[in-house]
Amino acid sequence: MSGQHPPAGGAHGAAAAASGAGPDGGADLVLSVRDLEVSFGTKRGTARVVRGLDYDLARGETLAIVGESGSGKSVSTLALTKLIPIPPGRVTGTAHLGEVDLIGLSEQELLPYRGRRIGFVFQDPMTSLNPVHTIGRQLTEGMRHHLRLSEADARDRAVDLLRQVGIPGAEHRLDDYPHQFSGGMRQRVVIAIGLSCGPDVLVADEATTALDVTTQAQLVDLVGQLQADLGMAVIWITHDLGVVAGIADRVLVMYAGEVVEQASVEELFARPRHPYTVGLLASLPVLGDFDRDELTAIPGLPPSATDLPPGCSFHPRCTFRDDPRCEHERPPLREVAPGHRVRSFYMVPEEEARHAAASERVAVEPPDVRDQGVVS
Amino acid sequence: MARFALRRSAQALVALLGVSIVVFALIHLVPGDPVRTALGTRFDQDLYEALVARAGLDQPIVVQYVDWLARAAMGDLGVSFRTGQPVTAALLERLPATMLLAAAALLVGLVIALPAGILSAVRQGKPIDYAASGFAQIGVSVPDFWFGLLLILIFARGLGWFPPSGYVSPLVDPVESLRRLVLPAVTAGVVTGAILTRFVRSSVLEAMGAEHVRLARAKGLPERYVLRHHVLRNAWIPIVTVTGLQLATLLGGIVVVEVVFAWPGLGRLALDSVQRRDYPVLQGAVLFMALAFLVVNVLVDLLYARLDPRIRAS
Repeated sequence: MSGQHPPAGGAHGAAAAASGAGPDGGADLVLSVRDLEVSFGTKRGTARVVRGLDYDLARGETLAIVGESGSGKSVSTLALTKLIPIPPGRVTGTAHLGEVDLIGLSEQELLPYRGRRIGFVFQDPMTSLNPVHTIGRQLTEGMRHHLRLSEADARDRAVDLLRQVGIPGAEHRLDDYPHQFSGGMRQRVVIAIGLSCGPDVLVADEATTALDVTTQAQLVDLVGQLQADLGMAVIWITHDLGVVAGIADRVLVMYAGEVVEQASVEELFARPRHPYTVGLLASLPVLGDFDRDELTAIPGLPPSATDLPPGCSFHPRCTFRDDPRCEHERPPLREVAPGHRVRSFYMVPEEEARHAAASERVAVEPPDVRDQGVVS
Repeated sequence: MARFALRRSAQALVALLGVSIVVFALIHLVPGDPVRTALGTRFDQDLYEALVARAGLDQPIVVQYVDWLARAAMGDLGVSFRTGQPVTAALLERLPATMLLAAAALLVGLVIALPAGILSAVRQGKPIDYAASGFAQIGVSVPDFWFGLLLILIFARGLGWFPPSGYVSPLVDPVESLRRLVLPAVTAGVVTGAILTRFVRSSVLEAMGAEHVRLARAKGLPERYVLRHHVLRNAWIPIVTVTGLQLATLLGGIVVVEVVFAWPGLGRLALDSVQRRDYPVLQGAVLFMALAFLVVNVLVDLLYARLDPRIRAS
């Protein structure tokens, strides 16, 4: 259990180059994921929940992973440090954090990375904290383990962290229990836990979804602020495109376990090219848009991971489908503009996308968007 | 905390009063005339009436109850119809044997159930899980009298390791007392252990699935630490409840086991008094069982409050 040496944070440039730098490849690459596949053996066959995921994450960058529930967005990040049950789970591919390929490590070997190099914030603050331990204890246990801090030092740092995440009277609240905090305050505590060991990457997995709108906006701002202060990279997993517009640098849109579109946030909102992305944008309510009577829903349901359709996995729900290959051939991820990749045989033309989505003004004024998206 | 304890105790007292009414009423509603039974073939009308008057059985039932309750509160539960011995004395005489057996059986049960339940939850779906679940299934299904007889046959008659039956006070001869305790304690303990194993397993499984356990793993804490401080710490709460219920049941006397091993406990006392229509003894025994139940439950509640800060607060 003890005796692991936490890997030092720091220069990851060499690794990035070695693992084949992606579109944003550079000396500041923190995490580089290639061909990540996650599957689960189930009674109804193999469920392929993440298929061929590639992305790079630079220092200080925010990557949003967007998709419906079951699109594989959460699993793809949990799998990085084997936070999914293995077996029945299976993870292949590579994920270089600095020079180390996380996927090649055993669970035991991953312990020094969990929390220390990759911090997590989960969706529901009501269940993310252990009801029987004080928040001080839950906040300090990671630091004591990874950073080998004394109890007193860990408590001092815990107070600082609680202040940083905006908990009033931080020094008096360490010995309180989770039930003495509101949902929003609890999520602040969970964020503090995620930050406590100074990770290179913070994964916020639907971190604001369970909270009310005002709290949501506050926490989104908080994470942005902390990211600016601490320089860590953030992976923001959400189904809420409104939140994405407000905070992300780049966006991965996932559908049925694969990336269907990948672009900078401005590009994605201005020129969505994949029929699914266009559909998602069309389903966003836009405040003050009185021309649109109703929101457009994407017909049908996402496919089951054990029973993926042949060809393009979105084709059964696709309203633009016009190519015979859609039903037989898996479309490749094609670069349509620098840093903008789309997995579709049909590229939605700009005009049509604008018409369908009516939301590109969203991208022009990101600060408003959060509130708009949240209305959904 | 003190207020919580006080409130729980007051609630328990009210419950005990309720139990006393039910017990008193039930026994008096049961057909069968105890005085007539006691006299048997020596029946004589004058004697009969004298005995009925002495026992207060000619009074209205409410008067009988209040009278009985008032004395019970002072520790006087009347005298046995059969032996003339004070009921309280009869109960106290049986209490050590029952408490010893109950404690030993619970110990055996926990020694089986905690490792078996926790291991089978942690290794869910693995051979050890099936083995533990299989044991639990068999343990709850096998009749305890049969299991007790089997043990006597193998370990007392066959191997001669333990005496087949009887009780010796640990104060008189600790070694002999222990030798005689083993077989009945194992018999009752295996059943208790089987019930508890299933419960421990499901409680641990439930606790393992909690989101905060995933967060604890995401913090990079070693699996052992997560299990001890996050999973088990939460699983204790339901486990403590069921363990308390089991202890209360055992304290009430395990009639069958006591009969098989000729163990002079409360269970046998109660059984004998039913057969002999010895109302005062039966009432006393049932009231004691209820009292044991309530006391254990109050203790469990207090333990709860120690384990769960949310209960302390409310």
